[in-house]
Amino acid sequence: MMEMSQTNIKSTATLSIQSEVENILEVSHLKKTFQIKSPDGKKGLLKAVDDVSFTIKKGETFSLVGESGCGKSTLGRTLLGLYPPDRGSKILFNNEDITNISKTNRKNFARKAQLIFQDPSACLNPRRTIKQILMEPFKIHKIKNGEAKITELMDMVGLPSRFLDRYPHEMSGGQKQRVGIARALALDPELVVCDEPVSALDVSIQAQVINLLEDLQKQLNLTYLFISHDLSVVHHISDRVAVMYLGKIVELATRDELYENTQHPYTKALLSSIPDVSGEVREKIILTGDVPSPSNPPSGCRFHTRCPAVMDICRTKEPEFKQTNSNHFVACHLCTK
Amino acid sequence: MTLLKVEDLTIQFKSRQGVVKAVDNLSFELAKGISLGIVGESGSGKSVTSLAIMRLLQNANTEITGKIDFEGVDLLKLSPDEMRKIRGNSVSMIFQEPMTSLNPLHTCGKQIMEPILIHQKGISKQEAKKRAIELLRLVGIPSPEQRFHEYPHQMSGGMRQRIMIAIALACDTKLLIADEPTTALDVTIQAQILDLMSKLKKQRDMSIIMITHDLGVVKEMCENVVVMYTGQIVEKSPTDLVFKDPLHPYTKGLLNAIPKISSKVERLEAIPGTVPDALRMPTGCSFHPRCKYATERCKAEKPPLYKREDGREVRCFIYDAGEKGDDGNVTNEYKEYSNSINPK
Ligand SMILES: Nc1ncnc2c1ncn2[C@@H]1O[C@H](COP(=O)(O)OP(=O)(O)OP(=O)(O)O)[C@@H](O)[C@H]1O
Ligand SMILES: Nc1ncnc2c1ncn2[C@@H]1O[C@H](COP(=O)(O)OP(=O)(O)OP(=O)(O)O)[C@@H](O)[C@H]1O
Ligand code: SF4
Ligand SMILES: [Mg+2]
Ligand SMILES: [Mg+2]
Repeated sequence: MMEMSQTNIKSTATLSIQSEVENILEVSHLKKTFQIKSPDGKKGLLKAVDDVSFTIKKGETFSLVGESGCGKSTLGRTLLGLYPPDRGSKILFNNEDITNISKTNRKNFARKAQLIFQDPSACLNPRRTIKQILMEPFKIHKIKNGEAKITELMDMVGLPSRFLDRYPHEMSGGQKQRVGIARALALDPELVVCDEPVSALDVSIQAQVINLLEDLQKQLNLTYLFISHDLSVVHHISDRVAVMYLGKIVELATRDELYENTQHPYTKALLSSIPDVSGEVREKIILTGDVPSPSNPPSGCRFHTRCPAVMDICRTKEPEFKQTNSNHFVACHLCTK
Repeated sequence: MTLLKVEDLTIQFKSRQGVVKAVDNLSFELAKGISLGIVGESGSGKSVTSLAIMRLLQNANTEITGKIDFEGVDLLKLSPDEMRKIRGNSVSMIFQEPMTSLNPLHTCGKQIMEPILIHQKGISKQEAKKRAIELLRLVGIPSPEQRFHEYPHQMSGGMRQRIMIAIALACDTKLLIADEPTTALDVTIQAQILDLMSKLKKQRDMSIIMITHDLGVVKEMCENVVVMYTGQIVEKSPTDLVFKDPLHPYTKGLLNAIPKISSKVERLEAIPGTVPDALRMPTGCSFHPRCKYATERCKAEKPPLYKREDGREVRCFIYDAGEKGDDGNVTNEYKEYSNSINPK
């Protein structure tokens, strides 16, 4: 049964109306605000994630793209409970509310939902060898057979087992990133938030790691929340894609819909700027205007200060996040007229 | 005019398990106002090479031999004090990992002001601050006046990377070493940063060493490119030629592995196998266990860097002039192989 729905996902691309596939994650009105200090010493608020709702189906790859600083990592981390969400946010993981769960359930959740970090050295303890780092999850969750499993993991991510005795500073950037991936996969999680998992890797190893992630997904029915700014990689790996701008999701669609029937002017600009090595010349939409700050977002549509298609209404009224067809959601006045 | 000349650079690390040769007899030259791209497998020695140029590798377990000639001075022979005057001033570097090179205890603004205050004598704090805020603006950080006072952990991954870039560009740099400068950046901001670098390159006649695995960036930014594998240069060439006609089998594999939006492939084409362990280098050509074209000779002998008539250099027996094929250029077997992975 599971397998059937799995192939369904990939082939029919009608995810959002597929009812037989369970949701692994249901997020509604998720907000995350940080307190910041302004230059004059006054306290301010920065809404890194501002009222975001979506669901992720079991076994799918859901990608999150958008400019640097738009809130992708914050969203991923908040989902995993690494940052407490603001009040009123709701996150259901396998139908269980994880915004307020007991300690034992939290530990259980922590085992099932893992994170591959954007900056590998930020998550690898410099005083521990790779072996100690990889053994840690097994110790925390009191699981036996860790030794055998980590050799397998090292092999999977393409690192010779001799590296087990090294310290993080004795490894290259890409090697450390692969240790981070191995650690996230150590305990057979159900959901993995992959925060830029391949951006530190050269294309050949990038291809290996992506193939690996895809194989594991099939074998273990893994679900990925895949955060990346590389739109070619996202195109390759995703079932559905959400585009974020200044803390909000502005467009959400199945992969082909998003790339081929792009609706939002911001998404159009993003897609037009993909560098190309095949020599094909595409017309680039260059966005003008400064990137606004999430601590002081523009009125109306947040994108209006840079939007090539801006209209009067955009400056005052915030566009609703609306469904335009069964696979497609957009927040733009152009599309909801 | 040559600005930087690296000659026979070899870097070895002593570890508990033996000696790791991270860089093996590396030589290249960089002229003023020119950009050189360095691409290559993860762990092939790219970062270590740039750290050596910055003289940031010196410790008891590291052995560096060879020459790093910058404006006629061998950087490896300078005293720590003399090097300090150059580092961050006429040679500066954007580090691969922002989190490990930024100081978590200082605000980003302070860290950008630091090199300005050290190297530009007579500049006031007020002016340095103005300059720092201007740099933040140039690298595309919104509300720079406010961000000036923030700490690295309050910034997103891509913002931290841009803070690093601002620090590296703070002084009047002649040589900028950029180690994966745009990995954490989305395409729009990447374009902005690359544009900024190109501008400075022209204005200051600055030279750039651009280490990246993004071949699109190399194509856009660099006149020349060096491809590294296991600490050695395997191909050296003008950039446009590499994309049109990659020579080394590893370079071909790299170009094939790039995901392309226009094609819907089930699996990405990775180069089979993994990078060899530095402690157990294969015999002969270090790429032979992964090379579709390997012959007995490749298993036994180490290929030299062949210089071709068009000036390009490649480390592969395929280009051994003694074994030329029908067209007098490469061997016949190679042509077959080449056609099989690059169908016309
Ligand atoms: N201090 C050290 N001690 C021992 N080995 C080291 C040390 N620093 C680096 N190495 C090894 O030297 C080799 C080259 O590392 P380097 O960081 O230069 O790789 P790189 O080409 O920059 O790779 P990446 O693309 O992954 O960043 C790697 O195999 C690494 O494990
Ligand atoms: N701990 C924190 N304290 C204060 N502000 C923060 C904190 N973490 C993130 N922010 C702010 O929240 C916003 C979103 O950051 P986030 O890291 O989620 O961006 P991102 O989309 O992952 O960007 P990138 O692609 O650059 O990694 C940024 O403006 C950032 O400065
Ligand atoms: S709502 Fe208006 S400003 Fe916003 S993206 Fe759409 S067209 Fe542009
Ligand atoms: Mg991030
Ligand atoms: Mg590196």
